[in-house]
Amino acid sequence: MANVLINAPKTARKGETIEVKALILHPMETGFRPGTNGTMIPRNIIQDFIATWNGIEIFRMRMSPAIAANPYVSFFTVASESGTIRFRWSGDNDFSAEGSVTVAVT
Amino acid sequence: MVFLASFAAAQGGAEDRRSGYQDMGAALQKMQDDDTANPAMLFVQAGEALWKQKAGASDKACADCHAAGSMKGVAARYPAFTPGSDRPVDLDGRINLCRTTQQKAPAFGPESQELLQLSAYLALQSRGLPIAPPDDARLTPVRAEGEQLFKGRQGQLNLSCADCHDDNAGKSLGGATIPQAHPTGYPIYRLEWQTLGSLKRRLRNCMIGMRAEPFAYDAPEYVALEAYLMQRAKGMTMDAPAVRP
Repeated sequence: MANVLINAPKTARKGETIEVKALILHPMETGFRPGTNGTMIPRNIIQDFIATWNGIEIFRMRMSPAIAANPYVSFFTVASESGTIRFRWSGDNDFSAEGSVTVAVT
Repeated sequence: MVFLASFAAAQGGAEDRRSGYQDMGAALQKMQDDDTANPAMLFVQAGEALWKQKAGASDKACADCHAAGSMKGVAARYPAFTPGSDRPVDLDGRINLCRTTQQKAPAFGPESQELLQLSAYLALQSRGLPIAPPDDARLTPVRAEGEQLFKGRQGQLNLSCADCHDDNAGKSLGGATIPQAHPTGYPIYRLEWQTLGSLKRRLRNCMIGMRAEPFAYDAPEYVALEAYLMQRAKGMTMDAPAVRP
């Protein structure tokens, strides 16, 4: 099971800029490292991270092998309406994880 | 100056002791303080789930015996003797002891994810508490052995732990500040490892750095060293699970 930590303010004023932080447990194996037996460890990274607010995409990031394990992403967005921010990570070996947080906009 | 410093250390002046937290940069301190940015909290989450999960032939979970909140201060106490054992165990050893004798399940491997997750979950419950090694006469020879290991030279570079962490703490080794080696935050999320690791892993890491051969994972020397380090850091505040560079 994927293990994620998400941090966003529970409430925000309409039009306010809020910071959203998302952390996920993932090895981000580069594919360039030899294992203990000398053979290369196959690449296993998260490729895409997408955040949507009430279904509308607000942030998208394409990840590379150079990103460290357990990637931590922080971004800013404008609070326009109450709703749910959904996060979706997908990557190698059919990796897929989801998380969500609700924000009340007043 | 040197005399004054060693005199103060002999008096146990807590203000002279600095944890690794105090020796790292502001950005890392901020990362550790924010529970949603501290990657060790991912392991704590998993550890909490594991704590409640039934395992072994006796089909019991940790939570079936230990009431919620009863683990407060436990991580600040070990290594310690447990009833019926003739040698002290560290926290990881204690977890495995419970696992084999109470749950009747196979012990977790050294540095295994499960063991780290459980110890992180336990360590968090001692956050903010002072390190309180038990007042147990049986630990005195163990701590003395640990002190000897700490101060004895080993490896191809002919270094002792004390050469860096007592004599040159606060100075730089390459680009890194040498900490005073107080185990306040274990298990730590070490950025260099990109994962959580135990104090044992940290000790092995230093031994490899000194070009000495690390002891086997189950060697009593680690427990002795840990017992000495915990005594040395007595009264310092736990900040586990910590982030370290």
